Amino acid sequence: MEKLLINAFYTVLLMLCLSCNKDIIETNATYQALQPLALDANAGNWKPFIVGAAADLTLPAPADVSSAIYLAELKDLKSISTNPTAEQRTIIDYWKAGSVLRWNEIMRELVAKHNLAPYQSADGTYPVPNAANPFDYPQFPFSSPPYAARAYAYVSAAQYDALILAWKYKSEFSRPAPYITDGTLTVSIPKSNLPSYPSEDAVIAGVSFELLKLLFPADIEFITRMANEDKSYRLWSGANVQSDIAAGDSLGRWVARKVIQRARTDGMATANGNPSIWKQLETDCRARGETPWLSQESPVRPPMLCQYGNLKALLFQPDQMASLRAVPPPASNGKVMREQLDEVLYYSQNQTRERMRIVNLWADGSGTYTPPGHWNAIASEEFVRGQYSEVRWARNLALLNAAMMDAGIVCWNTKYFYFNARPSQLDPRIKTLTGLPNFPAYISGHSSFSGAAASVLGFLLPAKAEEFKEMALEASNSRLYGGIHYRADCEQGLATGEKVAKLAIERAKADGAD
Amino acid sequence: MKKFINIRLAGVIWIILATIPVSAFSQTEQDALLMPGKNLCIAGVGGYGSWTNYWEGSFKRDNQNIGRVSTRSATLMLSYGLTRNVNIMASLPYVSTRASQGTLSGLNGFQDAGFFVKWRPLMLKVGKQNISFFGVGGYSKPTNKYNIDFLPMSVGLGSSVLSGRLIADVQRNKFFTTLSAGYLHRSNVNIDRPAYYTTRQINSNEVNMPDAGSFQLRSGFRSPKLVAEAALLTITTFGGFDIRKNDMPFVSNKMNSTNAAIEAKYYPFNQQLGLNASAWHTINGRNVGQVTGFGAGILYTVNLKSKKTLN
Repeated sequence: MEKLLINAFYTVLLMLCLSCNKDIIETNATYQALQPLALDANAGNWKPFIVGAAADLTLPAPADVSSAIYLAELKDLKSISTNPTAEQRTIIDYWKAGSVLRWNEIMRELVAKHNLAPYQSADGTYPVPNAANPFDYPQFPFSSPPYAARAYAYVSAAQYDALILAWKYKSEFSRPAPYITDGTLTVSIPKSNLPSYPSEDAVIAGVSFELLKLLFPADIEFITRMANEDKSYRLWSGANVQSDIAAGDSLGRWVARKVIQRARTDGMATANGNPSIWKQLETDCRARGETPWLSQESPVRPPMLCQYGNLKALLFQPDQMASLRAVPPPASNGKVMREQLDEVLYYSQNQTRERMRIVNLWADGSGTYTPPGHWNAIASEEFVRGQYSEVRWARNLALLNAAMMDAGIVCWNTKYFYFNARPSQLDPRIKTLTGLPNFPAYISGHSSFSGAAASVLGFLLPAKAEEFKEMALEASNSRLYGGIHYRADCEQGLATGEKVAKLAIERAKADGAD
Repeated sequence: MKKFINIRLAGVIWIILATIPVSAFSQTEQDALLMPGKNLCIAGVGGYGSWTNYWEGSFKRDNQNIGRVSTRSATLMLSYGLTRNVNIMASLPYVSTRASQGTLSGLNGFQDAGFFVKWRPLMLKVGKQNISFFGVGGYSKPTNKYNIDFLPMSVGLGSSVLSGRLIADVQRNKFFTTLSAGYLHRSNVNIDRPAYYTTRQINSNEVNMPDAGSFQLRSGFRSPKLVAEAALLTITTFGGFDIRKNDMPFVSNKMNSTNAAIEAKYYPFNQQLGLNASAWHTINGRNVGQVTGFGAGILYTVNLKSKKTLN
């Protein structure tokens, strides 16, 4: 008997050793090098989002490939790229999947890192993150879903606009890639016939660096390191000479500065509102005979970004808001509202593991990349399969993110226009399976973002349109199952998102890319 | 006669934020007691633990949006003496959680089934001291795919745990001291979403669970009718990360705690029917709730050898 036990003991030890490897392979770790199926050579003529003509940009013409300057650059490149170190190879392998993709992932990480509501001060008020002092608690920013939607949109749109200019200069100057001018060069990424001046990767690095520095100033060190890696990998892999990189970097940063001018005046700076506005929202709602939203957080937290609904949109003008805003919600004392409340109560009291799975899958709450980030992740996996050129990658993400930002603006506008209560405020029996967001219910933000995202992705990838639509519906329903939204919030949220997406799709049909 | 199931089951051990009382290594495997050969002990134990304060990293706080988080548990345990030196044990807890304030829903359900083998390879008598050594191997596994992505309301962490423990026990007259160290190899878990943030963004639904160590010092009085003891119990995760300020807890957090506990087992009539009561309190912790808990249970022992002759 005891012999048996000793054997059992050793078996357990062996099992322990065998199961020791707990390494996780991330979904984005196995992406192959980007090999665009099409060069999109005419992308210089595509329609930009924010930054158009480059009248005040002077990108010097590149030195001729037979010039001494160029040959010296080539010589340098040869020595840099011949024997990359192990560390350099790791960096090459990371970035070669595509710069737009990687910066999108980086941005998702930064959003997740900063998506935490500030902890209360001793007096029960909440400190507000301050862009001028980003390192102190609470660190700037609090990248809530609206903040994140705007961040993704600006970075994507800026990358896209900058790459349009890059493509314009590429075809204007037509400088061949170094491995075409010199066949003896060691190249550790797939070769391309795309002209190499300016380097598209340096453009993306430059534009992303400037914008992320504005949006996530506390992470300046990380952002700087990633931008340097993105540019260096082009040298280590033998893909660009130094002047390709320098020109791309300055073009990218130039475009970023233009975009930043817009971002500084788009209304975000005052989107938090102030105590008198918060009070007014409540008073106005009562005056309409409705039950106003009240914060259920303790200590009471001001409503999130109550002026975000007035932000300058990317796809529509302010006078279109009235036609985009959702129809009024069911009256808070009416029969329809009671029915909807009962439905939320039903889900709260009849939980199933399958519905919890749906709630968890789409919660995208505190400490996550938010719903817009989730849709960026979904889109990225699809676009990797599409093997798009960098400029098409950027265009597709710009369309997706512009639609989500603007859907967010219309959603937030609707929320504060009606200012209606959460289900658990009207019926305290309702318990939630996810964190209760601290702003009015109608309409659901997740539904608005998801409706917009699924429509744009369905346009870009028609074969998967139904699948995206089902995902959006599931994301929308997750908020009902979680006990934090009424059916009307979800349905009108999806519809509003889809409505905004139509504007993005109209734009896409005429942007010259198809 | 050496006894039985140590019932503090209902509590102390794997107290995560949610005060989940029983866990992975429900602690029958943690004491220096053995069932006599061919005896089966069946125990039912109820536990209640709750906290209002918890630690985000080293920052101790309360949270009015959850108020007091409480965990109730009911656990069925079996312990069988295979030989006089070898016991096998099994446990299955049902757990239910609740928050006294805010909107978060409580959860409930069966947690992890545990199986343990306890073996006493060595017993010595040194002077008046009886010294025993034990080795314990165990495995626990979630009985269902309960929701692990809703801490602190989840009923468990969803990890399968392979554990090994060494126990040394010294008894002199009726007083004893037990020292033990255990290692818990915890399997990775899968959550319902494709990405999460720890100290960086991880694009996977798989979560790396840090292994953990458990150390215990127990001391008290041991007689056939009564076992009364005080214990100091620590759990340390080897790795994991801190909850950031105002973030939600996560399954792979570093979860360390030091608990003080008292426990008594009493056999009022004979060696068949026993009663158990225990209490515990978290003295210090990291990314866990500061729990105060109580447990009580009934133990019933059947001698399967004698049963045969009765029939």
